[in-house]
Amino acid sequence: MPTDMGNFETTQTLETFGFLPKMDQNEIQAQVAYILANGWSPAIEHEHPSRAVDTYWTMWKLPFFGETDLGHVMAELEACHRQFPDHHVRLTGYDNYTQSQGSCFVVFEGRS
Amino acid sequence: MSTKSYQAGVKEYRDKYWTPDYAPLDTDLLACFKVTGQPEVPREEVAAAVAAESSTGTWSTVWSELLTDLEYYKGRAYRIEEVPGDTESFYAFVAYPIDLFEEGSVVNVLTSLVGNVFGFKALKHLRLEDIRFPIAYIKTCGGPPAGIQVERDRLNKYGRPMLGATIKPKLGLSAKNYGRAVYECLRGGLDMTKDDENVNSQPFMRWRDRFEFVGEAIQKAQQETGERKGHYLNVTAATPEEMYKRAEFAKEVGSPIMMHDFLTGGFTANTGLANWCRENGMLLHIHRAMHAVIDRHPKHGIHFRVLAKCLRLSGGDHLHTGTVVGKLEGDRNSTLGFVDQLRESFVPEDRSRGVFFDQDWGSLPGVFAVASGGIHVWHMPALVTIFGDDSMLQFGGGTQGHPWGNAAGAAANRVACEASVKARNEGREIEKESRDILTEAARTSPELAIAMETWKEIKFEFETVDKLDVG
Repeated sequence: MPTDMGNFETTQTLETFGFLPKMDQNEIQAQVAYILANGWSPAIEHEHPSRAVDTYWTMWKLPFFGETDLGHVMAELEACHRQFPDHHVRLTGYDNYTQSQGSCFVVFEGRS
Repeated sequence: MSTKSYQAGVKEYRDKYWTPDYAPLDTDLLACFKVTGQPEVPREEVAAAVAAESSTGTWSTVWSELLTDLEYYKGRAYRIEEVPGDTESFYAFVAYPIDLFEEGSVVNVLTSLVGNVFGFKALKHLRLEDIRFPIAYIKTCGGPPAGIQVERDRLNKYGRPMLGATIKPKLGLSAKNYGRAVYECLRGGLDMTKDDENVNSQPFMRWRDRFEFVGEAIQKAQQETGERKGHYLNVTAATPEEMYKRAEFAKEVGSPIMMHDFLTGGFTANTGLANWCRENGMLLHIHRAMHAVIDRHPKHGIHFRVLAKCLRLSGGDHLHTGTVVGKLEGDRNSTLGFVDQLRESFVPEDRSRGVFFDQDWGSLPGVFAVASGGIHVWHMPALVTIFGDDSMLQFGGGTQGHPWGNAAGAAANRVACEASVKARNEGREIEKESRDILTEAARTSPELAIAMETWKEIKFEFETVDKLDVG
C-alpha cells in the first residue's frame, strides 16, 4: 500500500492566477471591473501556446483607452477567443502612472 | 572679508551651532535625532553639540578655522521638539549644507552624521530617526540597478506580490542537494528562491558548485512551468574582488538576480555591486543582517527607515523590511512608513508612521519590500493587505516544512497568494475574511488544505520593543 502522501506534478502555468481554477464569467467580470476601477487601460493579447513564453504576444486591436464599459471589454475578449480558439488570450490593465501593468492574467487557454 | 580674530579656548557649542531662526534650504540635508542628554546639560547646548560634532566643530577652537568660512559649512541645530510620552529625551533637528558631502556617497553622509558624535560624553543616548535627502543630492546617486517596474517586465510578474523562499537547512547542504531544494520550490510555483545570508562559500558547499547546480535548477523549472524563475545567489564575500568574481559567475549560470548583505558587506561594496548589476542587467536582492544591532534600541542607534533610505540611494532592487505578522520585530505603522520610502516617488511627513520629513525621491526607481521570517499560508491575506503587490513574500519554513515537500509547499503558497489577490480585486476585505478565502481556495488545492492544517496553531504574538513615539 502506498502512503497517503500527495505527489505534486509540475504543470505549465501562465503566471498570475495560473494556480487557480478556471474563472467563470462572473469572476472574469470582477477582474475587469477592478482594472476599470483603477483607471487602467484594458488591453487584450493572444498567442499560440507553443510561443507562450515570449515577452510579446500579438495584440488584439489597440488597448481600450478610456473604456469604462465592462460589457465592451467582455465582448472583445469573447471575439478574440472566437477568432483564435487555439490561442491563449490574456487581459492586461496598463497603468500609465507606473508604466507597468497593474493586472495581467490569461482569461482563455488555447486548445493544445 | 575677515573681521574675526583668533581667541583660543573652549566655547559653548550653542553660540555657534544653535540657530533657532534658521530656515532650512531646499538643498540642505536635514536630520532628526532623538537625543538623551546628561541631565545637567541644557537641551540647546546638547542639540548644538550634535550639530557641531557631526559637521565642522571640534571641542576646542583652532586657528585654521579662520582660513575658511565656517558659517557656510557648519551644521545647524534649528529646532527642538518634545518626544511624545517621554520626558527624558527630545528631538533635535539639524540642517547640513549639501557641500559637506561627497556626491553619490551614502558612505560619506553616514560617516559624518553617525560618526564620532554617537560616542560623545555629553550624551547618554543618541538615535538618528530620519534624514531628509535633498533632491539635488538624490540626483547624484545611482539607486536601484533595475527597480520595481523593470524587474516586473524582465520576470513577467504582474498584479500580485512575488513569492519566494530561503532554502533550508540554511547551513550544511551539499551543492547538489541544495540545487534539488531550489528546483522543487520553483517547479511548485514560487517565483524565486534565496540563499540564506549565512551561505557564502563554506567547506560543505563552495560557491561555484552551488551556482552551477542552482543555475540548472532555474533553467529546468523555467522549461517545465513556462514561467520565469530566479534564485538570489549570495555574492557577499570577504573582499570586493571575490564579490565581483562571484557576480560574474552568477550572470554566467543564467540567474536573473543575485544578492548582497548591505550592512555586514558595507555600503562601499553595496554601491559598487549595484553599479555592476546595472551595467550587467542583473537584479540585486538586499539582505539586512546586523540591522537589529543598529536599529532596535528605541533611544540609541539608527532607525531602520534611515538605513532603508540609504539603501535606496546605494542601490538594491529588493530590501527586507520585516513581516509585521511573523517571527521578527516590526510595528505595522512604522514598517509601512519605511516601505513607502522604498517604493514611492514622494513621501509626505507623517508622524503617525514615524516619517519626520517630506521626502522627494525624484526619478529614483522603487525597491520591492521583502517580507520574510516565520510566515505561512495563514498570514497570506494579511501580508497581501499590508505589503500590496510591490512586495516579495518569502516562506522558508512555510514552504519547505510542508508534509509533502517543497513543491507542494510552494503550490500551497501560490494558491493562497492568488486567491487573496483575486478576492481583494473583487472588493472583499481579505484580512477579515481570511479564513473563508483560504478555506474556499483549499477546496481545489489539497496542497493548501494540508498546509493550513500543518500551521494552524503557529502565531508569534509578542510586544514590539521599538514602538513609535506616541503620547
